[in-house]
Amino acid sequence: MVIVGELINTSRKAISEAVDNKDAQYIQQVAREQAEAGADFIDVNCGSKVFNEVESMRWLVSTIQQAVQTPLCIDSPNPEALEAGLELIMHTVPMINSITDEGPRFEAVIPLVQKYKAKIVALCMDECGMPDTAADRMRVVGNLYVKLKAAGVDDDDLYFDPLVKPVSSVASAGAEVLDTIRLIREQYPQVHFMCGLSNVSYGLPNRKYLNRLFVAQTMAAGMDGYILNPTDQGMMGLICAAKTLLGQDEFCMGYLKAHRKGFYGE
Amino acid sequence: MSNFKELAAAVLEGDDENVQAITRQLINAGTAPLEIVNKGLLAGMDIVAPKFKAGEMFIPEVMMSAKALAEGMKLVKPLLSADDSADVSTFLMGTVKGDLHDIGKNLVVMIVESGGFNVVDLGIDVAPEQFVAAIKEHKPHIVGMCALLTTTMMGMKDTIELITEAGLRDSVKILVGGAPLYPEFAEKIGADGYCVDAVACKEMATAMVAKN
Repeated sequence: MVIVGELINTSRKAISEAVDNKDAQYIQQVAREQAEAGADFIDVNCGSKVFNEVESMRWLVSTIQQAVQTPLCIDSPNPEALEAGLELIMHTVPMINSITDEGPRFEAVIPLVQKYKAKIVALCMDECGMPDTAADRMRVVGNLYVKLKAAGVDDDDLYFDPLVKPVSSVASAGAEVLDTIRLIREQYPQVHFMCGLSNVSYGLPNRKYLNRLFVAQTMAAGMDGYILNPTDQGMMGLICAAKTLLGQDEFCMGYLKAHRKGFYGE
Repeated sequence: MSNFKELAAAVLEGDDENVQAITRQLINAGTAPLEIVNKGLLAGMDIVAPKFKAGEMFIPEVMMSAKALAEGMKLVKPLLSADDSADVSTFLMGTVKGDLHDIGKNLVVMIVESGGFNVVDLGIDVAPEQFVAAIKEHKPHIVGMCALLTTTMMGMKDTIELITEAGLRDSVKILVGGAPLYPEFAEKIGADGYCVDAVACKEMATAMVAKN
């Protein structure tokens, strides 16, 4: 199970302001909290700084690395911003979020994956747009897999993102993602997964219940990576519990640890 | 005259069969088509929008109401006279080039339509040239653009620049919105307004047309 901590993202107001004011202390505090909460990677996304994304990325990556040694997930669709972050990485192998099967984007990102031996999140998306069905997604997965293998990417470094859409507008969105996960697991047993989960509940009330249920459902289908808020103890406790029930938690130690930390208070 | 109230209630409930039935009754009883639209169908959506804004109604319910509204409009539209539609403002809407997300855009189209606008939906992945061509063709009062991705936000700037180059900037108001946007961005690229959501978009558009 790989948890990518999502909190350092300039689409969040507090982070945006911290970047504008070069408030290193605040960024470092958010990085530390996520690391302590068990994030395996810390996501760095400053895509909303459209006028100075590259400069913001450099500052964020340096600032975070002064506080924690947790690996970073450099998150931008812009290859220039990706490279700006990647060339400053000091601790272990980074993750890149993301590549797609859109011609120019694929061509621009793949050299970075090779140069930095990075783990790569591959979105199930190509020029044809956002896929609706599991079959649409599998077509993209098949093409991307062949290209990424040809570029020398190991299965173990590959994280497919099945693209989660809101069930409020596309009723079948959740079910199609579950089917996609099962199909990818079957055909490519060694690859990993990554997804932004909370899209599923967009536009609906009580989102945290839908999000938590969807974690349990996707994990049962074989999902093993999420980008989420690791300081949400309810969510993290649920993930620990799901691992235990799926036989991924020897002697239930993870579950018991979560219990002692008070993750199941309510 | 309680039928208008029933029609509005049917729109609010998203009951498209009932909307069609009541609309037909009103048409058969000789009610003026414009009254059916304003006092019945749109009156229903006028209840929906604030409820959505207040968090009392949710996206799936709004979509049901909009669908019910559309079913009623289908019956009434052919009966509207040229005079009736003469003062209806046109709203041009699309997601910018490279942006393939249509959920937010569709919601805006529905809500703005419910505000009595004639909405021309250009769809997704709309290039600046297409926006310019559509402005020339449809002569809209307002152009709405949305983007869900940080990468496509700059497509809005490109589009506004091309509209300006084409000499059309003064003929339209431009509204922008979408998840990664913020008010300063809208200002910086020279838009006339930033809409935080679909209801805000309808409200701004309505205010802008009223001023003219």
